[in-house]
Amino acid sequence: MVQPRIRRRAFDTVSPAPASPSIAPPSVAPAVKLTGFVRQFGENRVIDGLDLSIAPGEFVALLGASGSGKTTLLRTLAGLDPVGHQDVTTPSTRAVVFQDARLLPWKKVWRNVALGLKDKGVRARAEAALKEVGLGHRLDAWPSTLSGGEAQRTALARALVREPGLLLLDEPFAALDALTRLKMHDLVLNLWSEHKPAVLLVTHDVDEAIALADRVLVLNKGKIAAEEHITLERPRAPDARFQVIRRRLLGHLGVEAPVSLQEAPHEGALIAFPTGEAVQ
Amino acid sequence: MSLAIADRISSARPFRWPRLSRARWLSPVLLLALWELGSRLGVIPERVLAAPSTVAETFWALTISGELPANLLVSLARAAAGLSIALVVAVTLGLVAGLSRLGETAIDPLMQIKRTIPSLALTPLFIVWFGIGETPKIVLIAVATTFPIYLNLFAGVRGIDVRLVEAARSFGLSGWSLVREVILPGALPSFFVGLRYALGVSVLVLVVAEQINAQAGLGHLINNARDFMRTDIIVVCLLVYALLGLGADALVRTLERRALAWRPSLVEQ
Repeated sequence: MVQPRIRRRAFDTVSPAPASPSIAPPSVAPAVKLTGFVRQFGENRVIDGLDLSIAPGEFVALLGASGSGKTTLLRTLAGLDPVGHQDVTTPSTRAVVFQDARLLPWKKVWRNVALGLKDKGVRARAEAALKEVGLGHRLDAWPSTLSGGEAQRTALARALVREPGLLLLDEPFAALDALTRLKMHDLVLNLWSEHKPAVLLVTHDVDEAIALADRVLVLNKGKIAAEEHITLERPRAPDARFQVIRRRLLGHLGVEAPVSLQEAPHEGALIAFPTGEAVQ
Repeated sequence: MSLAIADRISSARPFRWPRLSRARWLSPVLLLALWELGSRLGVIPERVLAAPSTVAETFWALTISGELPANLLVSLARAAAGLSIALVVAVTLGLVAGLSRLGETAIDPLMQIKRTIPSLALTPLFIVWFGIGETPKIVLIAVATTFPIYLNLFAGVRGIDVRLVEAARSFGLSGWSLVREVILPGALPSFFVGLRYALGVSVLVLVVAEQINAQAGLGHLINNARDFMRTDIIVVCLLVYALLGLGADALVRTLERRALAWRPSLVEQ
């Protein structure tokens, strides 16, 4: 029996990660690398020869209709699904924030954050992480008493307290109201620039993807159908350049967006197709 | 015109029985009073049923003499011994069957077969095997209380939210730590349901088990009282059985309140 080849390496979180635009310099080894990855359930190929590389500290958003394989890809990177004999490179420390916060209801908030941590001073670390997400006052609360936004912030703290090399976000804001979602976007960006993990955000919200990510991937039928580097400076207002990218991404998703007059076409973004050709 | 009607309605308000309409204690007290009256008038002979006042006196006398507490302790020790064995066996079997497909295939059919045999029907067999000492009594309680604990724990383990297990796994929990941190706490509410059933069953089985040549215990007290037609002592023992049931329920409630403080329904209290 051959052992499945999963390469894990310690991820150096202090190394200066490239700021946006974050096309990783070739010398830096990618945090995540999949080559020709296939995931199959019976006859159904959910992921079909997918190539993916994420640089350390890069914020990547993954867009796709339901059934496009987004969640399967995230579960693979989280180590929740078996990968067989395929080459999957991920950082040794990974953390997931799920759409539903998935806090253990029988553990107080800080114990949820400290889940699975064994070293001394766990409480202090959990406390620091919770303060960072603005929940320093809810340390000893039961999860059932948290609001949706508070639960998701706790889940973020639980992920960040591990100083992950790869942060996986599985539609973490989908169940929140619009106002809370905007606050969470800011929080995630702040935490990301503070800790600089590589991030893979799975979402079906095009605006969210453009607002947050360095690079947006469109997944279709288990393959990367399109890739868009977002070079707009943060914070990103939904201005004309934003709209151009939005329209193009919606196009890749098979949605025809109405053309707005203020659009300045082909500015501020670079589309690269998986074949390698780049279109300015 | 309309004012006149309103006046008439308010003045025609029927006479109300203040508080009595909600006095749930009233009918039991009335029954006790009738029972006492019947006994005093000789309608209910002493050998059929002792008067409540006699029962109260006997209760007091038996308590003072130490006869009742001593026998109660013997009975409690039997129930505790049987329940302890049942807890160890049922929790082990429930976890093995709940956590693995193989365990379920091996254990669950046997437990279901055991369930179809009324535990009390095993009494003659246990007397043949273990004689008429303490052993058959304790084994009978253990056998009867194993199933409710097993079944509920098994269901509790199987009913765990798999999304929580998956989240815990993604944070590096596996094996025993996953069982301890996620599966056991998640199955705890079901376990307590099983425990409550088991405590009720243990009192029930205790009554029957103590009919087997008991030299001490509540059953012994009742058997002696029957031989001397002391209906007052029989009623006292019945009361103690009832109190045992109430006490067992209160015990589990207290345990639940402490262990399940995280549940929203209990948090709000």
